[in-house]
Amino acid sequence: MTATTAGERRTEPPPTRRRTSWWTTLLGRQPLGIALSAPYAVFLLAVFAYPLGLAVWISFHDYFFAAPGADVARPFVGFDNYTAVLSDPAVRRSFLNVAEFLVINVPLTVILAMVLATALNAAARGRTFLRVAYYVPYVSASVAVVAVWLFLFNSDGMVNHLLGPLAPNPSWLVNSTWAMPVIAIFVTWKQLGFFILLYLAALQNVSKELYEAASVDGASTWRQFRDVTVPGVRPATTLVVILSTVTGANLFTEPYLLTNGGGPDGASASPVLVMYQRGIEQGNPDLASAIGVILVIGVLVISLINRQLLERD
Amino acid sequence: MTRLVAYTTMLALSLGATAACSGSHGGDAGGAGALTAKGPIKVWLSNNPEELAWGKAMVAAWNGAHAGEEVTAQEIPAGKSSEEVIGAAITAGNSPCLIFNTSPAAVPQFQKQGGLVALDSFAGGADYVAARSGKTANQYKSPDGKYYQMPWKSNPVMIFYNKDMFKQAGLDAANPPLKTYAEFEATSQKLVSSGVAKAAIWPAPTSEFFQSWFDFYPLYAAESGGKQIVANGKSTFNSPEGLAVLNFWRDMYAKNLAPNEKYPADSFGDKKAAMAVVGPWAIAVYGGKVNWGVVPVPTSKGMSPDQIHTFSDAKNIGLYSACKNQGTAFEVLKFATSKDQDGALLEKTGQMPLRTDVATTYPTYFTKHPEYKIFADQAARTVEVPNVAGSIAIWQAFRDQYSSSVIFGKAPVDTALKTAADSIDKLAAQG
Repeated sequence: MTATTAGERRTEPPPTRRRTSWWTTLLGRQPLGIALSAPYAVFLLAVFAYPLGLAVWISFHDYFFAAPGADVARPFVGFDNYTAVLSDPAVRRSFLNVAEFLVINVPLTVILAMVLATALNAAARGRTFLRVAYYVPYVSASVAVVAVWLFLFNSDGMVNHLLGPLAPNPSWLVNSTWAMPVIAIFVTWKQLGFFILLYLAALQNVSKELYEAASVDGASTWRQFRDVTVPGVRPATTLVVILSTVTGANLFTEPYLLTNGGGPDGASASPVLVMYQRGIEQGNPDLASAIGVILVIGVLVISLINRQLLERD
Repeated sequence: MTRLVAYTTMLALSLGATAACSGSHGGDAGGAGALTAKGPIKVWLSNNPEELAWGKAMVAAWNGAHAGEEVTAQEIPAGKSSEEVIGAAITAGNSPCLIFNTSPAAVPQFQKQGGLVALDSFAGGADYVAARSGKTANQYKSPDGKYYQMPWKSNPVMIFYNKDMFKQAGLDAANPPLKTYAEFEATSQKLVSSGVAKAAIWPAPTSEFFQSWFDFYPLYAAESGGKQIVANGKSTFNSPEGLAVLNFWRDMYAKNLAPNEKYPADSFGDKKAAMAVVGPWAIAVYGGKVNWGVVPVPTSKGMSPDQIHTFSDAKNIGLYSACKNQGTAFEVLKFATSKDQDGALLEKTGQMPLRTDVATTYPTYFTKHPEYKIFADQAARTVEVPNVAGSIAIWQAFRDQYSSSVIFGKAPVDTALKTAADSIDKLAAQG
């Protein structure tokens, strides 16, 4: 024990850790934030997490949709559904088809959206008109737009009339080589407006001084685009690549309508279309869920790789 | 690391919630005693305008005489297909009592879902079906020997042809040479080479499971003397008859007499094709637009018309298990398929009620509308899709091989036929 006398300098007690109450530990220092974000969290759980969990659960069971109260057995089947879909040539082909789609669609989307956004950003006249023009296909109903493309690309369509003897035979949408590229170009065109908007927003954050400095150094327009614009909008590029990969992997409407159920001969069938056929039309949601889970894993892996590559300094 | 923990927790929570909820189900569908319960019911009708008119009149007639057992009718809600909507309604437990547009191909699936009530469950139910439809009713029995559908009406498909185009091509429009495959091909070649039509015939060359009902199946039914594609748990079409039909269609596509690209509208109505495979509904549609004639589907050796079978393209009535007043529903079903109501259906839609001797039961109608007589005769020899589990998967497996070999010529026809038969045998065995 240490005695202290008057005049002696008092020593400060050692700092003690502030005691935190259990509710602070649980809810954090701003519980109101949790309250405000709770509705969206509930929405996420109900609309995304629960269906995803259910899909995973279904994919490991012999499952089919049944009437309420119907006495049905849904035994656990391990990886049987995965084995079945992975040995199904139609499923394997659909994954190859969508890979082909992504290889065309994603780079095309990035390049066109970036170039057009840069051009629009620089355009002095007609900017609003052009923005609206690019955005209209994005907000138009797919069914209506598909009808126009059907007339453009059928054997008597305008494209073949313009190409004359160079037109492919069989025509685009019934040609197993061309069906998927046409779909990829269609989707690129339809969604371009949205991605242009993303790039336009990103371009507003690229400092004008950088362009001025590059200009003073004698950089051409191309060099400015390559060395200032492209690195400047890199976060937007990451977003565009991931979003277009995710939406592309979910391809359904176009093969369903434009090539009438993934034709010709399955050349444009996508995994989601096959999921629809197996799960809804044929009443095998267990197989459809297995395809869905494989697709989710594939998209996650691709997105993570994209992110690693694009965000690398 | 924190993010990883958060993702893992989220996945664990969602899986936990799923496991907790996935085993639970609602209450009993129709409930005990529903079979005899009487009271108001709901029914769904096809959205075809003529059928809708008939359905509304039928419901009004019922409601006028049955206070307390009112029927409320509505069109089948819109969806990618009626079957998809009905399947969803069964799962949700909110299907109506009766649906007057139940596809026989979907019945095995609806039955497996526990969505249908066997008509045999009602006193005199099976006898009523058999008495009305005769031996045709056997095709609609499920593998357990019960009727989960009321055979209602058929649209026996035949070959419609444009008489004006035939005349322009120098063909006999009154007795067109379309009996044998050779005649059909020669006629088709004349029609196309003369420039009268872009296509001799234009069946949808697309991949949907049901498209084979309007190209392969009618001709196979005729060629095989009335066989379904699956019988006794095995495919039947890997045979000389099946091969003959596939070779016939392959020739039609290979010679560009039938295009392998879908026509975006109605090729026959737009006079792009000189022939079409259609049922009697087409009379009302093309009556004023096309100078038409009708003949049975061709066979390799030119079978006599009174021997030729074809696909029925039937739509039936299902009585659904979510119905609380099934007693009333069964009475409405009998009322809607009574001789009077069948006559009204024939009058309004031109579709053939699936009852014995349609032609002799409604002689006045056929005297007034002689053009329908040939369809009534054909209605006596129709073949339905097989009532087996996995029916739609079976048709899709067939269509995939048909598309590959017949429409796009990528695989030899005989190989495709064998591959389809092997796949279908496996699917049929899975049950």
